[in-house]
Amino acid sequence: MGNKLAFTDIADHKHDRKTDLGSFECTYKAEITSIHKLTDLENLYRIQILDPVERDHFDFRPGQFLMLELPGIGEAPFSISSSPSRKGDVELCIRKVGSLTGFLSKVERGTHVGIRGPFGTSFPMEKMHGQNILLIAGGLGIAPLRAPIAHVQENRSRFNNVDIIYGTKDPSQLLFTYQYDMWQADDIRLSIIVDKPDASWTGRVGMITKVLEDMFAARDDDFFQNTYAIICGPPVMFKFVCNMLNKRDVPMQKMFVSLERRMHCGMGKCCRCNIGSTYTCLSGPVFDYWTVMNLKEAI
Amino acid sequence: MIFRVIEKPELKALFEIVSAENRVVGPVEVGRDQDNHAIYGFGEVADFNRIALGYAMTSLPAKSYFLPYKEDMATFRLDGKDWQKTVDYNMDAPFVFFGMHACDINALNKLDKVLMGAVYPMPYYAAKRQNAFIIGLGCEPQPYCFCRSMGSDTALHGFDMFITDLGDRYFIEILSDTAFNLLKKIKTTEPVEADHIKYMQAAAEKNKKFTTTVDTTDLTKILDMEFQSDVWKYWGDKCLACGTCANVCPTCYCYSVEETVALNLATAQKTKMLYSCNFIDFAEVSGGHNFRPERHSRLKYRYYHKHRGFVEAFEESLCVGCGRCGESCLAEITVPEVISSVRGGNIQHGK
Repeated sequence: MGNKLAFTDIADHKHDRKTDLGSFECTYKAEITSIHKLTDLENLYRIQILDPVERDHFDFRPGQFLMLELPGIGEAPFSISSSPSRKGDVELCIRKVGSLTGFLSKVERGTHVGIRGPFGTSFPMEKMHGQNILLIAGGLGIAPLRAPIAHVQENRSRFNNVDIIYGTKDPSQLLFTYQYDMWQADDIRLSIIVDKPDASWTGRVGMITKVLEDMFAARDDDFFQNTYAIICGPPVMFKFVCNMLNKRDVPMQKMFVSLERRMHCGMGKCCRCNIGSTYTCLSGPVFDYWTVMNLKEAI
Repeated sequence: MIFRVIEKPELKALFEIVSAENRVVGPVEVGRDQDNHAIYGFGEVADFNRIALGYAMTSLPAKSYFLPYKEDMATFRLDGKDWQKTVDYNMDAPFVFFGMHACDINALNKLDKVLMGAVYPMPYYAAKRQNAFIIGLGCEPQPYCFCRSMGSDTALHGFDMFITDLGDRYFIEILSDTAFNLLKKIKTTEPVEADHIKYMQAAAEKNKKFTTTVDTTDLTKILDMEFQSDVWKYWGDKCLACGTCANVCPTCYCYSVEETVALNLATAQKTKMLYSCNFIDFAEVSGGHNFRPERHSRLKYRYYHKHRGFVEAFEESLCVGCGRCGESCLAEITVPEVISSVRGGNIQHGK
């Protein structure tokens, strides 16, 4: 016997489970099949996995995110904005803010991108059956909420009262305006508020908390104890909204937030999304409020 | 566990057997400091006499052999709107690590938990870790060592064999069949009762030499209680946010990923680089919001990750108490002093 050490093969499993060593950089090649301009800054990208078998295999739950890769440009996490029941492709609502998203805003239909995922926790929609749903979005926070909204629309009879409260800085930043009628047609109450109105704005003016205050006055305690809240927005919004809901006795385990962090791996390795040592990519991005209360500097 | 005892010259024979056909990495003297004290580092060794068996501590940890500071994860061939991705886990030939202290072995064991044991095991790390033959080596506690407080002064697993100096001979713990088979090729004897006594005496002698301690009792709770404490501001004001502590830490594994396009635009590369949570943009998100913009909040985060978060996740601290961060910190911030101050102790900063 020689003294040369023998190789230990690390990829000793089949590559079909998410937790296999071989799946670490497992990228689905996908194509941007449509680009829909929502505002000056945001586009809605429809992305389809090219391989039909991989496409059938791909499944996600509302609230989960994926890593979108443009070879040579970079990779970043985006929450999925389309309905999980919509098979074949996903929609991502992306704001032009950095180098990757800036590049994305210039690409054409037909461009091939890489996607990894889906990753992270999701909104427990089945648990919410029979309950009131309160969806609160600030700004781009509507993007991850569009998946649970679609689920509610598709299963409307399973839910009691459904409200969407949506606020942006000014009317030009409102996203998915073409869907508001459809939401309302599905018996979803939609309250929109903007902070800085323009000349043509006839709706409400102020912060999201103003809409909440009115709702608190109009509905009884019983309503809020049987309400699930789904919240996503800029960091400052979480604090105010969650505190208000907590004071109104919405149970903490029924309040869900989707937190934003800059993941570099999505798989609980790089630590860039850590809150303490809790990985937002593994334990989040969807957290219940009790968990958030126990994490330092989460919101 | 199986034990053997060897005469001291046999160690050289063992080195020659493993180095004949394998790459061997070990502790070597890499230079001298201004006081003419040896500076040690890990490097490739072909000559047994170069190995510094009595080395104090290497300035840089062993992690670069398992988690390179910079590593290519994948390459792309670009072709118009299309591309091809090739993933390479950078499997290198198996290698021998000759002379790793218990703290560094324990550091790898901690990395194993998050990089191999958790969901999504990391093949880049596993490829190197599982193909390293590790020979542990007993050490002499230094003034800055507090590994005993962190429970990392002895290694229970994570190595192939561990060598302890009994004075006249070496005592060897054997943990793998590879090690067992290698030891067949040199002269070994079964330890007798007198050897066991000598081993225990050596351990007791070593334990007496620790001078620095860290009180970790209830530390997870205390860190939560003292989250708003002014001591964080005190240390944050001193911290230069240079990232040296993470660089020399044997358990810091945070990284960033970057992609670059080759000048001919035909290929691109995805590269992972170890990063430090002390850097200003560590927790910055798109659009510019920074969750930890102040130095003290980033320094605090580092302590929370090591001494609170990791404990919560894996029931042990992510710090092995090697003391490298304190030794290399330009602002002379040390773990024992920071933790003592958080626990309400007086700050006696400076050496």
